[in-house]
Amino acid sequence: MQDSSFVQLFPEQASTFAWQVDALYGYLILVSLVFSVPIIFAMFYFSIKYREREKYAVPKEIHGSMVLETLWSVIPFFVSMSVFITGAIVYFNQYTPPDDAMEIYVVGKQWMWKFQHQTGQREINDLHVPVGRNVKLVMTTEDVIHSVYIPAFRTKADAVPGRYTYAWFNATKPGKYHLFCTEYCGLNHSGMIGTVYVMEPGDFDNWLSGNSGGETPVQVGKDLFENKLGCASCHAGGPQQRGAKLEGLFNTEVHLVGGGTAIADEDYIRNSILNPASQVVEGYQPIMPTFKGQVTEEQLNGLVAYIKSLSPNAAAAPAPAPAAKKPEEKAPAANKATK
Amino acid sequence: METVGAIEAGSYGTAKLNYLNNGSTLRSWLLTKDHKRIAIMYLISVSVFFLMGGLYAATIRLELLTPASDLLETGTYNKVFTQHGILMVFFFLIPSIPAVLGNFLIPIMIGAKDLALPRINLLSLYIYWIGGAITLWALMQGGVDTGWTFYTPYSTTFSNTYVLAVGVGIFINGFSSILTGVNFLVTIHTMRAPGMTWFRMPLFVWAHYAVSLIFVLGTPVVAITLLLVAIERVAHVGIFDPALGGDPILFQHMFWFYSHPAVYIMVLPGMGIVSELIANFARKRIFGYEFVAFSSIGLAVFGFLVWGHHMFVSGQSMYASLVFSFLTMVVAIPSAIKMFNWTATLYQGSISFDTPMLYGLAFMGLFLIGGFTGLYLGALGLNVHLTDTYFVIGHFHYVMVGGQVIAYLGGLHYWWPKMTGKMYSEFWGRVAAMLIFVGFNLTFFPQLILGYLGMPRRYAAYPPEMQVLNIFSSAGASVLGVGLTMPVFYFIHSLIKGKPAPDNPWLLPGLEWRTSSPPPTENFDKPPVVTWEIYDFGDENGLDLEAARREAATVNA
Repeated sequence: MQDSSFVQLFPEQASTFAWQVDALYGYLILVSLVFSVPIIFAMFYFSIKYREREKYAVPKEIHGSMVLETLWSVIPFFVSMSVFITGAIVYFNQYTPPDDAMEIYVVGKQWMWKFQHQTGQREINDLHVPVGRNVKLVMTTEDVIHSVYIPAFRTKADAVPGRYTYAWFNATKPGKYHLFCTEYCGLNHSGMIGTVYVMEPGDFDNWLSGNSGGETPVQVGKDLFENKLGCASCHAGGPQQRGAKLEGLFNTEVHLVGGGTAIADEDYIRNSILNPASQVVEGYQPIMPTFKGQVTEEQLNGLVAYIKSLSPNAAAAPAPAPAAKKPEEKAPAANKATK
Repeated sequence: METVGAIEAGSYGTAKLNYLNNGSTLRSWLLTKDHKRIAIMYLISVSVFFLMGGLYAATIRLELLTPASDLLETGTYNKVFTQHGILMVFFFLIPSIPAVLGNFLIPIMIGAKDLALPRINLLSLYIYWIGGAITLWALMQGGVDTGWTFYTPYSTTFSNTYVLAVGVGIFINGFSSILTGVNFLVTIHTMRAPGMTWFRMPLFVWAHYAVSLIFVLGTPVVAITLLLVAIERVAHVGIFDPALGGDPILFQHMFWFYSHPAVYIMVLPGMGIVSELIANFARKRIFGYEFVAFSSIGLAVFGFLVWGHHMFVSGQSMYASLVFSFLTMVVAIPSAIKMFNWTATLYQGSISFDTPMLYGLAFMGLFLIGGFTGLYLGALGLNVHLTDTYFVIGHFHYVMVGGQVIAYLGGLHYWWPKMTGKMYSEFWGRVAAMLIFVGFNLTFFPQLILGYLGMPRRYAAYPPEMQVLNIFSSAGASVLGVGLTMPVFYFIHSLIKGKPAPDNPWLLPGLEWRTSSPPPTENFDKPPVVTWEIYDFGDENGLDLEAARREAATVNA
């Protein structure tokens, strides 16, 4: 897949928004040249034309020019605003995952990447994704900050311990692409690399069926919820339950004791398991014990996935669609996000 | 007219007793309160740290010649780039221009006998030495591998290296900056000679006024941050580590709240020097003096509002990123104003190309690239792709080395005759300036391309298809290394065998050129009274241009 020329200057474009980043880059190169070339030209021209002809000459004094100062403050300001606005549009595209995205859990760990598909397949350092599907990475880490960077997709996001962060992409070209950790994480930081395999939808389905990787995150979570951790004894949803009802909870607003509200997103669920006393829902007693230290990051992902699955309307489609229905070619996903 | 320093070119000041020969014992140096002697001791100290940081840099470029991590183990490599960053940023770049050239020249440029607080000035040097000594001790014990940014929770919980000792070294060193900043502010406010109004001050002084504001307001924050890191590391109080209930992003906010303004500490003094070089070697009043002066203050103030642009991919809110990106674009304007004014200053000038001016022009070219690449990184969507890659490395080296180091070298050559009373070899000066310019671009331009290709920073090993550009970069580094070593030799040679420097080698109007080379301990034989405007190259202010021209003619004949 690599460019065969002597020196490669650009990375491959392999996601729906890659061209936008490249266009922004092109625009900035243009802006730099439009400003730099005249300045450099003026420097050389003045240096030659006004070189010292007589020792200790006294050139005519010029104090400045209000007109020029205004011009070269205002014009750069508007140009930099155009850079700001276009940059912001691309950024919102890069960081606003579409609702129908296929979710993949990512757990960083010194010094490897662990991926888990919604269908249960687990991978380490390799990530298989289908071409033309929106893929959302739900990321966290077991230890220090890491960062997922896939240059060909022009996307990057830090994985931060203690919370979830997100990245998404829609791959446009089958192939093998670099995956780097770009937040310095210690001894083997430069070895924390992997490969993203973008496959045709059919090949991807074959890969999925050839790698039945055991329990799905929802199954893992359900097992923990009902049996291993005993969450169900309080949260099963009956009328006399001590714990809050979880069905239909995901992505709704909850009212907290003390007057605040919170959106019950992944971070909220995660935090409620680890620090239950920090956000008690109105009408309930702060009696839930913490599960800190008792669940791994992957088990937490399972619990979050299970609780999300109790809200079928709000959660993103968990199961793999039969085939990519609409491989969105270029901008449409982006347009949706900018609304 | 009876003004001080009404001297013609070629005069070799009457003061036989100068600050260098006024006492030669070690004690007379170590207990001096003379800002000029303190500056010389700073010069030697920062040079030692620059040499060490440079050796680390050479090691990094050697390792990156090949894609595999073969010269160094990854653990060693991590320490090498960390220590390169720490020594260069905290012990070279931050003190370099303010503590050496600022210290030496600010009192002279405003017509004062010394800084307002001479003992505090000496104290700041000792604090710098103590902070430096602790840091060097930690490096010899085994070093530190957190990166100069000390990101948590790696630095507080996971790194098994000498984080605490290095943190203490930097913490202590910070007080040296604060004291220098306070001293400059007080001096500029209270010690200006009669007639030295604010708008007659050289732009070098204005730039240091702005830098001092950052020293005083910003440095305490990094000190607090490092203290919190130490508390978490030692006492396991949860501040930054989420496992203890802390927030790792909080560290990044606190760290960059200081470290972004610190970037302006590292480039504003350079801009001050370049303003001097461009105006004086074009023999022109700087175009738009007030705009250049206030743009320095603007950078210092707005520099405090953009720290979040280091964190666009850190998980901070998208709306916060939006605000920080907007402010980052705004802060580009003062830099643009300076660029345009420097260029306009050349118009209708009488430009000579002595070594210092070569550095001044080099700065303009390199800072153009350094500044524009900053715009690339401030653009949100592009930042996502470029942050934490070699593009960032290229960008800040264009600013820090292409900006500050180039300006520092320009300033050092410009004021060397004044500081030492000796002339260096103009020929070798120009050769070195050319080598540094070529070597610098060859080193760092390929890194910008590598960054867009996706090469992450802080990698001991990289994909093989990126090797060609890395070879270019390493080759450039060796040229740059040769260029940077040359001044050591011709400067030392000038001290031993150099021609004595005239008081005013280029016949310039600044106050520093109206006293002897080297200046007497009191700076001026008579307290100066300033009656002329700044950057006034005419002969009505005591510059005997006619005599100088006659002399130049006889020398040529």
